[in-house]
Amino acid sequence: MDLILEYKAQLVAGTLMTIQLALVSLAIALVFGLLGAWAKLSANRAAQRLAGAYTTVVRGVPDLVLILLVFFGGQVTINWIGYATGLWDYVEISKFVAGAATIGVIFGAYFTETFRGAIMAIPRGQIEAGISCGMPRQLIFRHIIWPQMVRYALPGFTNNWLVQLKTTALVSVIGLQDLVYNAFTAGRSTGQLFTFMAAAFVIYLVLTAISDLVLRALDRRYSRGVVRA
Amino acid sequence: METFLSYIPLDIALIAENFDRFLYGVWVTLNLTFLSLLLGGLLAIPMAIARASRHRVLNPMVWSYTYVLRGTPLLVQTYLIYYGLGQFETVRQSWLWDPILSSAWWCALIAFTLNTAAYTTELLRGAIVDTPTGEVEAAIATGHSYRSRMRRIILPSAFRRAIPAYSNEVIFMLHGSVVASTITLQDILGVGRWLNGRYYLAYEGFITAALLYFLIVFAITRVFRWIERRYLRHLTRRETTKDAPATPEPT
Repeated sequence: MDLILEYKAQLVAGTLMTIQLALVSLAIALVFGLLGAWAKLSANRAAQRLAGAYTTVVRGVPDLVLILLVFFGGQVTINWIGYATGLWDYVEISKFVAGAATIGVIFGAYFTETFRGAIMAIPRGQIEAGISCGMPRQLIFRHIIWPQMVRYALPGFTNNWLVQLKTTALVSVIGLQDLVYNAFTAGRSTGQLFTFMAAAFVIYLVLTAISDLVLRALDRRYSRGVVRA
Repeated sequence: METFLSYIPLDIALIAENFDRFLYGVWVTLNLTFLSLLLGGLLAIPMAIARASRHRVLNPMVWSYTYVLRGTPLLVQTYLIYYGLGQFETVRQSWLWDPILSSAWWCALIAFTLNTAAYTTELLRGAIVDTPTGEVEAAIATGHSYRSRMRRIILPSAFRRAIPAYSNEVIFMLHGSVVASTITLQDILGVGRWLNGRYYLAYEGFITAALLYFLIVFAITRVFRWIERRYLRHLTRRETTKDAPATPEPT
């Protein structure tokens, strides 16, 4: 216990890094999820196909493989483009950017399905009613689709977010100093790996428990008008 | 073919040369994934029954188990077992150390099994709880005891109802098995990382690994589609009369 307190600063910094990474990648995932759902539900064949390919590929390949591919492969690709076009000199991709972008794009595929399901759950008649009242499309989205979509999407959102938060642990493999990385280095230098990994374990558990409680409260709020059997 | 290959900026020959290693990686990945799914599934059945019951001790006990394992990353669980347990002198002195707890393969298997058991317990619990009340009442009315009700009525239909959710768990476990490569095992990703490290490459190993995983996921979804069609046939919609308009098969 004294040892953990001695390394408190490292663990706190790692926890903050993990939270930051999770939130930034969540923002990216939400954007990709909305775009994906919009493409899948659009009448445009090409957009449907593109979104279909996106979700299939991402869900077929493990996250860590994509993280490593983007971090190492992306580095080489960007420098090769820079060299070929003469536009930029050697650049180094930051581990944070590579990790957040990859996890964001991966979970965008899961959010695509969540949002698609949520939009489809809205009775078609309500959207038609909006059209027949002469509402412009943005207004229909803001007043009819969005408030209900949030309610239908919340259970899926909660699940995705919890998985995503845990997935950020994989970024420690490319050396980003997140909670796992810091706990591991502290454990290694003191020879007390169990103590420090257990600390990381408990911190993750607290993070997921808090998320769970908050999102459940939010779910209650958005389903206020719904009668539950 | 020769000219076509030369347009791909990958060293195909090198991948082909090391392909037997990748095949061995496929074996390690499949072995770990399916063995832990099997063991985890066996553990999950009694735990799911406990979770579906109103038992005042067992239910909260199993609930805390699944809550803790589902609330933490698999990577941390694996590190805790593989790197963590060696901290204790008593563990290192025990008979379990030499053949099992000092081996990366066994540690990965233990961590994956405990992890998938937690997820499977919860999805199986959902399927058990969803058993139509009428079926349970009919079983009670015909004099089935709790045991025979569970064995003959509830579990068989619960297993069927759990199939779609379980196919997701299988894919998640396959995805999760890449964690094995972080504790030195040569699974598919492990071989990919080895290849890239050895020849100082950026793409070849990872792209080959990605393709192999993709193929396996594809095969798993195909198998599950077949299983669903076979065992969930009674749940698919069908036409009642000849003249009824044809409805597409629900997918």
